[in-house]
Amino acid sequence: MKRLLLWAPLGLFIVVFGLVASGLVKPGDRAVRSAMVGKPLPALALPALLADKPGVVTAELKGKPRLLNVFASWCIPCIAEAPQLLKLKAAGVEIDAIAIRDTREAVQQFLAQHGDPYTKIGDDKASAAQLALGSSGVPETFVIDRAGRIAYQHIGDIREDDVAMLLRELEKAK
Amino acid sequence: MIAEAGLAALWLAAAFALVQLMVAWGAAKHGANPRVGTLMTALRRIALVQGLLALLSFALLIALFVRSDMSVELVAANSHSLKPMIYKVAGAWGNHEGSMLLWVTVLAVAGGGVAMFERRLAAGTLAATLGAQAAIGIGFYAFLAFASNPFARLNPAVPDGQGLNPLLQDPGLAFHPPTLYLGYVGLSVAFSFAVGALLMRDVGPAFARAMRPWVLGAWIFLTIGITAGSYWAYYELGWGGWWFWDPVENASLMPWLAATALLHSVTVLATRDGLRAWTLMLALVAFAMSMLGTFLVRSGILVSVHAFAVDPTRGTFILALLGIYIGGALALFGARVGTVTQGSTFQLVSREGALVLNNLLLSVILGVVFIGTLYPLAAQAAGVQLSIGAPFFNKALVPVALALVVATAAGPLLRWRRDNWNALAKRALVPTAAAGVSFALLFALARGAHFASVVAIALSVGLAVASVAPVARRNLRRTPLHVWGMVIAHLGVAVSIAGMASDSAFKVERLAAIQVGQNTTVGPFRVTLAEIRPQIGPNWSALEAKLQVRRGEGKAFELYPQNRFFSTPPTNTNEAAITTLLDGQLYTVLGQGDEQGRWQVRLWWKPFVTLIWLGGGLIALGGLLALVGRVRRERRDSEAEAYA
Repeated sequence: MKRLLLWAPLGLFIVVFGLVASGLVKPGDRAVRSAMVGKPLPALALPALLADKPGVVTAELKGKPRLLNVFASWCIPCIAEAPQLLKLKAAGVEIDAIAIRDTREAVQQFLAQHGDPYTKIGDDKASAAQLALGSSGVPETFVIDRAGRIAYQHIGDIREDDVAMLLRELEKAK
Repeated sequence: MIAEAGLAALWLAAAFALVQLMVAWGAAKHGANPRVGTLMTALRRIALVQGLLALLSFALLIALFVRSDMSVELVAANSHSLKPMIYKVAGAWGNHEGSMLLWVTVLAVAGGGVAMFERRLAAGTLAATLGAQAAIGIGFYAFLAFASNPFARLNPAVPDGQGLNPLLQDPGLAFHPPTLYLGYVGLSVAFSFAVGALLMRDVGPAFARAMRPWVLGAWIFLTIGITAGSYWAYYELGWGGWWFWDPVENASLMPWLAATALLHSVTVLATRDGLRAWTLMLALVAFAMSMLGTFLVRSGILVSVHAFAVDPTRGTFILALLGIYIGGALALFGARVGTVTQGSTFQLVSREGALVLNNLLLSVILGVVFIGTLYPLAAQAAGVQLSIGAPFFNKALVPVALALVVATAAGPLLRWRRDNWNALAKRALVPTAAAGVSFALLFALARGAHFASVVAIALSVGLAVASVAPVARRNLRRTPLHVWGMVIAHLGVAVSIAGMASDSAFKVERLAAIQVGQNTTVGPFRVTLAEIRPQIGPNWSALEAKLQVRRGEGKAFELYPQNRFFSTPPTNTNEAAITTLLDGQLYTVLGQGDEQGRWQVRLWWKPFVTLIWLGGGLIALGGLLALVGRVRRERRDSEAEAYA
C-alpha cells in the first residue's frame, strides 16, 4: 500500500500530462476576422479637415471600387506606407482618408513631406468614425466595392508586397 | 556580427552543458575514489563557464536591441528605433525567444553559482546536482536552437521595427518577467538538489541547508513578481481589480504556493531532520509548477487575457521537456524514496505539527488553483467549452485561506518537537483577544459588510499580534536575523489579507456618463469632469479627462485619466489615474464618449487597498532578511568547523 502511494504522484502526473497533450493536439479556432467585412459602410458625414479637399460622406463612396485609408500625422507606420499609397494612386485608384485625432497644420505638413494620395480627407477628432468602422488602429485601409460595401480590411501599414494584393482586391470589388 | 557571436556563445554554452552532464556522471559514479577531487574541480569550472557563456549570449541579444539592429528578426518584430531606451532593453525579454534565452541564462548562471559557492554537500551529491542542472539546461538549449532561435536574421532587413505591445511599455512590466523567471529558475536549482539527493540517497539536514537559500531566493523573487504583477494589472488594465484568476496569473501563483510549502518543510528538515520524503516531493512539485506555468503561457492552450505568441510546435517542445524532467523525477522518486530512511519524529502539538498543517493547507490551496486552472482543458477534452472564474476560486479558497491564517499565527507560538495545548492557549491569549475585539468592533461599526471579509480582517489582526510575539519579550538586538525575517513575512501576510478583505468589504464603485462641467460622487468624494482634451506623447495620442475631486470640505485635487492610443502596433489602452491617500485609493478611468457629448467615467473608492501590495513587499522583505540571516549563519558555522 505504501509503495503504491509513492508512485501516486507519477500516476497523477501522467493523467495531467495526457490531458494537457490532448488540449495541444486539437486547438480551437482563434483567427480574428473583422465583423465589418461584407457589410455596407456605416453612415458617416465627416467635415473637411483641409480647405482644398472635401470631407468624407460615406453614402457617396460608391460607383467604383476605392480605398478608404485611416491615418494620422502622428503615426509612424503611416509614413512607411505613404510611398505605397502614392503607387496605388498612380495606378488609378481613388483613395479617400479619415484623419484620426489630428490638426490641420500637422496634416498639411505630413502631406507636403510624404506626398498626397488623397481625394477627400474627413476629420475625425474623437475617433468616433474609427470606432464606427470597427477599426482598431492607424493605419488601416478598407477596400470599398462599387456598391459601397466593405470588401476587405487591411490592418497595419501597407507594405510593398501588399500593393499587388490590394489591386487584386480592388479588381474583385468591381 | 553580434547576432552570430550571440548564437555561437549559445551553442558553446550548450556544448559545455553536455560536457558538464558527462563529467558529473563520472564524478557521481566514482564518488568514493580519492582522485574524484580533480574531477570535481573540473566540474565546478565547467558549470561556471557554461553560466558565463549563456550570460554573454544574453548580453549580446540586449546589445542588438539597444542598437536597433533591424536585420535581426526578433528585433524587427519587437522593437522600434524610436522607442525609449529602457523599453528597447526590456524588449530583449518582452517576447518569446528573448524570454526563453533569459530563462536559460538564469538557469546556467544559477548552476555556476551552485558550483562556486556550495561547499557543504558531499562530493557525489553535488556532482549529481550539477548533472541534473546541466540536463535541464540541455533541454532548454535545444528548445532555443531548434524551435526559437533569438538570433535569426531577417533578409532583407526592414527599415524599422514593429514595436512592442504598448501594454508592456511600462516600467513595472519591463521588470516583471525577469523577476518571475529568477523565481522559476531558482526552483530549478531546488529540483536539481532533490534529484541529486535522490540519486545518491543522501537526504538529510546538510542537503536541506544547501537547498534552503535557493528556495528562499526563488520565493523572494516570486513574491516580488506576483506582487508587482498584481499592482501592474491593477493600474494598467483599468478594470479596478487586483487579481483575476487568469491562467497566466495562476501560472505564477502555483509555484509560489509550492515554494511557500517547501520553504517551511525544508526548515523542518534542516533543523529537525524530519519530513524527508515530503520535502523532496515538494521540491519536485515546485519546479513542475514552474514548468507547467511556462507551458501554459507559451502554448496558448488556455484562453488568457495575457496575449502571448501562440505556437503549437513550441508548446509541444515544452510539453516534451516537462514530460522528460518531471515524469523522470517522479519515477525516480517512486523508485528511490522508499530507501530514504525516515527522519526524526515529533508530536502533533509542536512547531513541526503546525508546519505540517501549514503544508497541508497550502497543498489544498495549490490543488484547488491547479484544478480550477486546468478544468476548462478537461472540459474541452470532453467537448464542452467553459471557463472558471473568480466565484469558484473565492468560494473554494476563502475558508482554507482563513484556516491557514490561524495556522500561521499558531506556528511560531509553538516549541519544536513537543508542546502542550495549555501552554499554546496561554501564549495565544493576546492574539486571540485582539482578533475577538476587532471582530466585535467591525461587526458593530460596519453593519452591511460581508461576513467573511469581517472575519478575515479580525483574523489578520490576530495574526499580526501573534507574528510579533516571537520578538516581543526578547533582547531585540540579539534576535537572529532569520527570526526577524519570519516575523516580518508573517506580518506581511496579515497586512496583505487585511487589504484584500477591506477592498472586498468596503469598496464603492460608480459608473457615470457625464458631460463636461457635470459632476458625480463616489464614496466620500465629489468628482467633476472639468475638461476633455487631446494629448500627444512620443508614440501615442490620447484623450485626457481633467477630473476635479474634493473630499467633503477638504482641499480639491485633480486627476487625469487617459484613453490612450498607440500606433505601432495599433492598440487602445486605458491609463487609469489613481490617487493614493492614507486610508485608500481613488481609482478613475475614462471610457468612451457618446454622440450627446457624455463621457463614461468609472470611479472606485477602495479603502486600504494599498495594504495588499504593502503586505507583499513585507513578505518579500522578510524572505530577504531570512536569506541574509541564514547565509551569514551558515558561513559562521562552516568557519567555526574549519577552526575546530
